[in-house]
Amino acid sequence: MVLAAGVGLWQLWASGQHSAFFPPPSAILARMYHLWFSGPAAHVFLTPDATGNVLPSIWRTLAGLAIATVAGIPLGIAIGRSRAVSGYLEPLLQFGRALPVVTLAPVFLALFKIGTQMEVATIAFGTVWPILLNTIDGAASVDPVQLETARAFRLSRAQRLTQLIIPSALPKIFTGFRLSLSLALILMVFSELVGSSNGIGYEMLNAQSSFDLTGLWCAIVLLGILGYLLNAILNGVQWMVLSWHRGVREAG
Amino acid sequence: MLEVTDLTRVYGAGDAAHVAVEEVSVSVAEGELVSIVGPSGCGKSTLLRCVAGLLTPTAGRIKLNGAAVERVPDRLSVVFQDYSRSLYPWLTVQDNVALPLRRTERSRKARRAAADASLAAIGLPDVGHKYPWQLSGGMQQRVAIARALAGDPILLLMDEPFGSVDAQTREDLEDLTLRVRAERGITILVVTHDIDESVYLGDRVIVLTAGPGRILADLPVNLPQPRDQTATKELPGFVHLRTEVSRLVRSRQAVSPARPG
Repeated sequence: MVLAAGVGLWQLWASGQHSAFFPPPSAILARMYHLWFSGPAAHVFLTPDATGNVLPSIWRTLAGLAIATVAGIPLGIAIGRSRAVSGYLEPLLQFGRALPVVTLAPVFLALFKIGTQMEVATIAFGTVWPILLNTIDGAASVDPVQLETARAFRLSRAQRLTQLIIPSALPKIFTGFRLSLSLALILMVFSELVGSSNGIGYEMLNAQSSFDLTGLWCAIVLLGILGYLLNAILNGVQWMVLSWHRGVREAG
Repeated sequence: MLEVTDLTRVYGAGDAAHVAVEEVSVSVAEGELVSIVGPSGCGKSTLLRCVAGLLTPTAGRIKLNGAAVERVPDRLSVVFQDYSRSLYPWLTVQDNVALPLRRTERSRKARRAAADASLAAIGLPDVGHKYPWQLSGGMQQRVAIARALAGDPILLLMDEPFGSVDAQTREDLEDLTLRVRAERGITILVVTHDIDESVYLGDRVIVLTAGPGRILADLPVNLPQPRDQTATKELPGFVHLRTEVSRLVRSRQAVSPARPG
């Protein structure tokens, strides 16, 4: 409702202004349709521009997040559960998380050259921290009574991991992943602005250099929609996986 | 069946050292139900955790059926006081009860069948698909008992098992414990701070002193079985014994026992 009213107001205001900087939403939507979604039915109505720029961006975001998840969760559990491992890695972690990932982009640029590898590396390095730190926190704060129960019933190491530590840390892991998700979109656009030959960020750069403000707004709106959709998917997964956590809190 | 000899457990070291249990020796026969009672801080939970193999004794020996206890022995189960934390909230009741069976039984179907049987035996046939937090406190503790019995233990350790449920539920759970013992012949050690409970449940009541925990008395309970919440508690023998235990617990509540020599 509020969103619709906001868009409506903007439409009214922008139509009166005829400003080149703030095109009306109708013009943006028409352009978005023309740019990306007016393709042939055989390509699910996606235009070559959409498959050439939007899909690579989505795929890089997901690939970066996947790497961050696959690296962050096991490492986080190892650090959270082992005093020795955390003793060795803690200073390194504090240093690593303090590094602004944006400043590492030139390094990745030199390492991987312009292209997908560099972008995925930037996204992965930037998004691994929230996942890693929240997993450490979750794995380190397993309830002592639950741990003693696992010992009393002689659970093996593998059983303790799958039946106790991972489920117990999962709410925190989701918290970290949610942060990483929004970070991933920012880093995707940023890395494509810095060095890329396609993608949403690259399109924005092009639009900017040709003073195509409507094109720029299209990319911004698309990013908003993308972020909203990814978050909605995450909410769905969390709703299914953590139903017990919601129940405990409601019963609590 | 269970032999505890000169058990001492010290927490910390040096000046900060705290002796929780000192030179405790207990012998428990097969099928016996022994209550351990004492004021809070008398080390009764420490004693139980040592017997369970969850804590390593500082000195002394623990033998279960002739074998030294070094880690948690097979066919020993524990019921913890804090059932709401001891049951895993992400597992259904059925999967919680089936959890200890994972070690020995590979088939998920067989584990679940065994869990259902254990739940039915404890009087909770229809809650397997629910989550622990959907049940009342008394039912949760029943689930914890079902989980402890699912592994078919020969020794059951209960650490203040009914300390956080209401009086009516407590009596029901006490009778459930007695029924389980009568049906299965399991040896049971119950730690409690409730004097009536210790006498009502036990074949023997062991009274510990406070800090460091030592055995003050080891009293046989000569009351007829089966016990009954009203009839047994009216018997002169029950009243006499509970008074005696109460006097012992109170007399030594604040002071250390006189050391020999």
